[in-house]
Amino acid sequence: MKNTNGYYGEWGGAFIPEVLFETFKEFNAAFTEVKADPSFWQEYCDLMGTYSCRPTPLTHAENLSRIFGGAQIYIKREDLNHTGAHKANNVMGQGLLVKRMAKTRVIAETGAGQHGVATATMAAKFGFDCTIYMGEEDVMRQRPNVFWMEKLGAEVIPVTSGSKTLKDAINAAFRDWVTNMDNTHYVMGTVCGPHPFPEVVAWFQSIIGIEAKEQILKQFGKLPAKVYACVGGGSNAMGIFQGFLDSRHVELIGVEAGGKGIATGQHAARLAESGGSAGVAQGYKTMFLQDEDGQMKDTHSVAAGLDYVGVSPILTDLWQNGRVRFDSATDDEVMAALEKTMRKEGIIPALESSHAFVSAFKEAGQLQPDEAIIINMSGRGDKDIFTIANAFNDPSWKKFIIERGKEYASS
Amino acid sequence: MHLRDSITNSLKQKEILLMTHIVLGYPSFEDNRRVVEQMVANGVDLIEMQIPFSEPVADGPVIIKANQDSLTSGTKVKDCLDFAREMCAQHPIPFLFMTYYNIVFKYGLKRFLSKAEQIGIKGLIIPDLPPEEGQEYLSLAKEHSISAIQIFAPTSTEERMQTLSSHADGFIYCVARRGVTGSQTSFDKEFNNYIDRCKANTELPLAVGFGISDKNDVEELRGKAEIAVIGSATIRLVDSEGPEAVGPFIKGLR
Repeated sequence: MKNTNGYYGEWGGAFIPEVLFETFKEFNAAFTEVKADPSFWQEYCDLMGTYSCRPTPLTHAENLSRIFGGAQIYIKREDLNHTGAHKANNVMGQGLLVKRMAKTRVIAETGAGQHGVATATMAAKFGFDCTIYMGEEDVMRQRPNVFWMEKLGAEVIPVTSGSKTLKDAINAAFRDWVTNMDNTHYVMGTVCGPHPFPEVVAWFQSIIGIEAKEQILKQFGKLPAKVYACVGGGSNAMGIFQGFLDSRHVELIGVEAGGKGIATGQHAARLAESGGSAGVAQGYKTMFLQDEDGQMKDTHSVAAGLDYVGVSPILTDLWQNGRVRFDSATDDEVMAALEKTMRKEGIIPALESSHAFVSAFKEAGQLQPDEAIIINMSGRGDKDIFTIANAFNDPSWKKFIIERGKEYASS
Repeated sequence: MHLRDSITNSLKQKEILLMTHIVLGYPSFEDNRRVVEQMVANGVDLIEMQIPFSEPVADGPVIIKANQDSLTSGTKVKDCLDFAREMCAQHPIPFLFMTYYNIVFKYGLKRFLSKAEQIGIKGLIIPDLPPEEGQEYLSLAKEHSISAIQIFAPTSTEERMQTLSSHADGFIYCVARRGVTGSQTSFDKEFNNYIDRCKANTELPLAVGFGISDKNDVEELRGKAEIAVIGSATIRLVDSEGPEAVGPFIKGLR
């Protein structure tokens, strides 16, 4: 993961409006300082150990392993983090940075809402004011997360421009930042955006891979053959991949949202199916889903957190160099993998994470039982209850919602 | 004629120049045509034509909406270039393109700059392309005699202004305040200090934009800057009163 002036190979950079130049300079300097300071990493690990259930376990999915009859399937349980996803790793780290920079307000964008909830939690703990930008479409899809953000003390602003999803929330957060950079830090939620955000987020998320490597060696006795992670922006994938990047024989697989099928055009596969092309938007250069004029396309995924038009410049570089293979999973495949994981292991992955399960399930049988694979379960599925219940067309859930609706209407 | 020479010539006749902004294809190219005609007829000295982009990150709500509506109605980069060719041929004032970097990148830097030169475009404003990321762009712009406009912000230090100034050509676009386009700017002591710092760090004319929307704002800039930039105000006017209202509005600005 070589970074030269904010570039990973030809990807990355800092394409920022002039008004943010000094803010980024200050941010970069603060990050460079803490990165070189082992006591900061220790402080971060201590915080995560006492506040966020780290280290998260590596669960041997014995039933699934038996069913697929191939590799031993291990699940890295980022769902057990505080707030239910790997997002906590990044926000708590950036929270410590915000303290060092003596800023008093944080803003963030969120797609599925997990990053918003994590940021609101961090802001509550550290005493920062907090504003969260969320696409109006995602507000509708992820109402429970909006509820929690607001209860945690954050102001949630629905973004009504563009496709009303994650990319528009990112633009809105940038617009806030260019007005309020004096006291405000923008807590970027994924390994995207202008330098040094990709590096910052990747560094905090590397805690996943560091743990997973130690755990698999201890529990299985050797490194895994393959590691799977879903990829929206790519932060959970970068997190776990970093534990294995130097072990060339461990294959790394990023799974993007195939949505309703690549052929329908309703997906968010930027690398897997050559759907993306090189571009510069939202402050960095990567592969974007865009038209021939450079206008960003609308994306689709059943998982709000994967519904993003760009992808981490670090992952694009790793893809270009052949270190990470990319695959995609359709909404239907995702629901099937989710159901299987619930029924056979008693584990409820988030819709985002379920994408990684799809590819792992397809390929586990091709390996031998003395080999292992790891699936990074980036988050838990509780937040998706409305989407999942809808997809399963569950009649008793529908009845419950209708009854509850009636109660609210008459109160 | 090179952009700076045009500005110098115009400044011999007027104390302050007006630069206006339109979003191409919004509400329609036909309306753009009528708006430009009235702007030129009523004394606008330069016009920046924004090629719409789906992610206009430095713009405020009025211009975001104009970008989106234009794209929704099917505006293509090619249409913008064709329209620009027509305007440059018809009107005797300098026209500039304003857009975001991806539009230029995707079209091909060399191809875009060569095309812009052919059309008769005098300058380019790309708010998300700092000089550090735009070395190739800067040298190609020079090659094609197009001024790559640099932007000063109130947060720019003296050192940064010097760096920007060393890459600048045509004029310097001074963002009047923090934030995005379309909100009110206050002309206080802090603003005056900022303009003084801008002046001290460049030889080029200063264009002040962001929140300049009426005669009083233009008056405030008289003697401080060479160019007043009217952005969102004319778009709002076209939205509320139609293209015909632009002429009297421009006339009333000074």
